[in-house]
Amino acid sequence: MNPLVLTYSLAIAQMLLGMAMSCAAFRMFRGPRAHDRVLGFDTLYVNAMLLLLTFGIRSGNTLYFEAALAMALLGFVGTVALAKFLLRGEVIE
Amino acid sequence: MNGIEQMPAWAVALTAALVLMGAAVTLVGSLGLLWLRTFYERVHAPTLGTTLGTVFVALASIVYFSVLQSRPVLHEILIIGLGAVTTPVALTILVGAARFRDTAENTADVLEREIERSGG
Repeated sequence: MNPLVLTYSLAIAQMLLGMAMSCAAFRMFRGPRAHDRVLGFDTLYVNAMLLLLTFGIRSGNTLYFEAALAMALLGFVGTVALAKFLLRGEVIE
Repeated sequence: MNGIEQMPAWAVALTAALVLMGAAVTLVGSLGLLWLRTFYERVHAPTLGTTLGTVFVALASIVYFSVLQSRPVLHEILIIGLGAVTTPVALTILVGAARFRDTAENTADVLEREIERSGG
């Protein structure tokens, strides 16, 4: 009984996170302006990181944690780079 | 799923509840990103949602691995700290960029209109 509860709740959580990722991807592809797309990208990678953490709980493997940490770091750098590009690059030309 | 059968019931229930709460909060944040009307409204929803969702899911991971390996496993605190520090910084820079672009375009519109009016 007990492991089944955890399995089902992990499956439901992964479905919810997948729906959240599709919302963010929709905003990234559709977003009326460039900063909407950057915001959608930011949300997308954080949701993917949470999905990796739930995969780690599901498989009982701590390797997923390191992938999630790398993803959080690189995603932050990417968001800041895109925001700085919006601040500097496009308006000037 | 190795060794999960030996886990106590409270640990299983706590992990399941924390994972579900984290995923639900994240989904609420992403739905706000999808539904709200203007950019300055939209930027609030995923900020709060993903930060709180990260805290809940990482706490679930801490509880699960600590009980599974019967020793405190605390390295998920790194992810919590990283999310709590980087999300406001990144989105503040993004809002600054959006505000800069909006004011630049508005002043451009105003200038264009004035030039039009003075010319006509």
